[in-house]
Amino acid sequence: MPYTKHRRLVGTAVAVTLGASALAACGSSSDDDGEARSGPVSLTYWTWTPGMDKVVDLWNKGPGKKEQITVTVKKQASGDTLVTKILTAHKAGKAPDLVQAEYQALPTLVSNDALADIGDAVGDAKSRFAEGVWQQTTLGTDAVYAVPQDIGPMMFYYREDLFKEYGLTVPATWDEFAETARKLKKAAPDKDLTTFSANDSGLFAGLAQQAGARWWTTSGDRWKVGIDDEATKKVAEFWGGLVAEGAVDNQPMYTPAWNKALNTGKQIAWVSAVWAPGTLTTAAPDTKGKWAMAPLPQWTGGESSTGSWGGSSTAVTTDSANKDAAAKFAAWLNTDGEALNALAKESGIYPASTSAQLSGAFTNPPEYFANQPDFYDKAADIAKTTAPSAWGPNVNVAYTTFKDAFGAAAKNKSDFTAALDAMQRDTVADLKKQGFGVAE
Amino acid sequence: MSSPARWTPHGAGRAPHGRPSPPARRRARGAPYLFLVPAALLFLLFFALPIGYAVWLSFRKVRVSGLGLGAGAREEVWAGLENYTGALSDSELLNGALRVLGYGGIVVPVMLGLALLFALMLDSERVRLAPFTRLAIFLPYAVPGVVAALLWGFLYLPDVSPFFFVLDRLGLPQPDLLDGGPLYLALSNIAVWGGTGFNMIVIYTALRAIPAEVYEAARLDGAGPLQIALRIKIPMVAPSLVLTFFFSIIATLQVFSEPTTLKPLTNSVSTTWSPLMKVYQDAFGNGDIHAAAAQATIIALVTLVLSFGFLRAASRRTKQEAAR
Repeated sequence: MPYTKHRRLVGTAVAVTLGASALAACGSSSDDDGEARSGPVSLTYWTWTPGMDKVVDLWNKGPGKKEQITVTVKKQASGDTLVTKILTAHKAGKAPDLVQAEYQALPTLVSNDALADIGDAVGDAKSRFAEGVWQQTTLGTDAVYAVPQDIGPMMFYYREDLFKEYGLTVPATWDEFAETARKLKKAAPDKDLTTFSANDSGLFAGLAQQAGARWWTTSGDRWKVGIDDEATKKVAEFWGGLVAEGAVDNQPMYTPAWNKALNTGKQIAWVSAVWAPGTLTTAAPDTKGKWAMAPLPQWTGGESSTGSWGGSSTAVTTDSANKDAAAKFAAWLNTDGEALNALAKESGIYPASTSAQLSGAFTNPPEYFANQPDFYDKAADIAKTTAPSAWGPNVNVAYTTFKDAFGAAAKNKSDFTAALDAMQRDTVADLKKQGFGVAE
Repeated sequence: MSSPARWTPHGAGRAPHGRPSPPARRRARGAPYLFLVPAALLFLLFFALPIGYAVWLSFRKVRVSGLGLGAGAREEVWAGLENYTGALSDSELLNGALRVLGYGGIVVPVMLGLALLFALMLDSERVRLAPFTRLAIFLPYAVPGVVAALLWGFLYLPDVSPFFFVLDRLGLPQPDLLDGGPLYLALSNIAVWGGTGFNMIVIYTALRAIPAEVYEAARLDGAGPLQIALRIKIPMVAPSLVLTFFFSIIATLQVFSEPTTLKPLTNSVSTTWSPLMKVYQDAFGNGDIHAAAAQATIIALVTLVLSFGFLRAASRRTKQEAAR
């Protein structure tokens, strides 16, 4: 695969850069590493996962008690808001020991020198995760900046009953998906197969990832931004075309109107991820048991590849005075069977650890999908086909431009490639403005 | 500088007899400053200092080198006016200001017009249920802005709004309230709904302070209720109108929570719809606090110039009228 070779090259390049800086950092950080500590240690953990306090209790009463490491959970807002908060705290040298971070935020955090390399402490954990998942926590270097916690492999959700009613078949390719949308429009003009929503950039990023896009890569000490690469263009043109011809809706997701559309069968499918049952439970409670899950449509028939939408990891900050202890906890939380079971039960996450995906917690389907007994077996198979991702240090800027540019394009039913160009332009301009090396 | 003599009881004891001695007089002159100290200290700590810090930040920037990974790849450097030229040449900031101008052009006249009308109606003699009505009009002000925006947002969405249900049943056209021109009306409506009550109370309180003799004199001169309202009441509450206008301008320039709350419901509100939203986005979405600080400084200056410019113009006018 040409990709692997390229990736290795990139990895080496980044590793060299990092190696140099790691050397420089050695003198200051080795003193406050956990090894020399004596007596009990208490750690603070910023996370937005619901029910995490109960999982952490297991640690504090079990392995943590033995090792005299007590972890305290501080509940936080999710996603980008937390990244900002971590960076602000890090600026004051007061970031907590442990933080939850989405995969696409890791380069931003590393680039601000907020995350510690915990490779020595958690290196053995590597075998527990799919390679594409683990690679996101190393940024392609020899360092390890986080332990994967949950993942969001993308899937296709559809109303089984309504598909039957309108004589639709589950699309295996995106061409078939477009045909299905048109067929439904013809049969029921007031209904939509789905909507193209511009208010969650992660969805589009995942779709591009499936198509083989590589948004951020490096060559030498320069970043190369490929948001307008062929793969992403293909995805943008596909959805832009569907919106323009009116085959799918153009209104955003997660609104009361969207909930109603799902609940009443006005929209009969949703391109989403493994966490969709949770969202559907609250958005469309009346249609419980009427949905089914299938793999994402493919660009070429016979292939099997998916993108990821969501997912996060546990990282140790450079401000922590007990990095080893913190890394020990991070490894336990995301690889220990008991911890993962509790995470699945208390927090409803889909674990990144491959063994946990088939553990006892996932033998039964989610309650909402009781009609699909093999839900999690299928999910685990799909998760294996996740395409690799390539995140860079200013994902936030790209995501913001996506929301505004694609939001306007969806509203006006205008050219999506122009919106994509804007996304590329703004992302490159921001990198340059900050002083990053940028390869044209 | 404080000589112990200033504080001796001896000096204080002498003061009541005849002319106060020079130290006592000096102390009396110093007293106001002493009383000012807590306020000045708080002002310095929680107002001047943060503003000063923001201004300091606005003259700096972060420079990254290479891939920007690892320690030492980022340093804060002096930026001079770079952030300011960047902000002023950013068309999004200007567009945001224009959008807010359009929004303010609807909100301020409508809200103050209604507030004045309601205040005059409540103040008229024939009104019934005045306390209840006053409370009912004022109540929306007690609803937090975000809650109000959410509430109205639900009512604006055709699929969940009872209004649209009625329109649908009656076979009437259903406007898209979250797009184009109607979006401005939709946003203004939230502000008017929430703000009219407060402004009404301010004007109403001023109306109640007008002495009854003035009305009596007007009535003796043959003025009806309408004439009293137009020729006596409105001119006499002019200072309150100026005050409410002043507050409204500032509130308009700072509009943030309503569009931010409506944003997830529609594709028409961008992340940089109003200038403050752009500041927020740059600081907390894109992580560029330096650019955000420069924009915030510019917005503060513009607000200052606009509001104090208005105040000066208003007071000059009042003085001219007084001179006539």
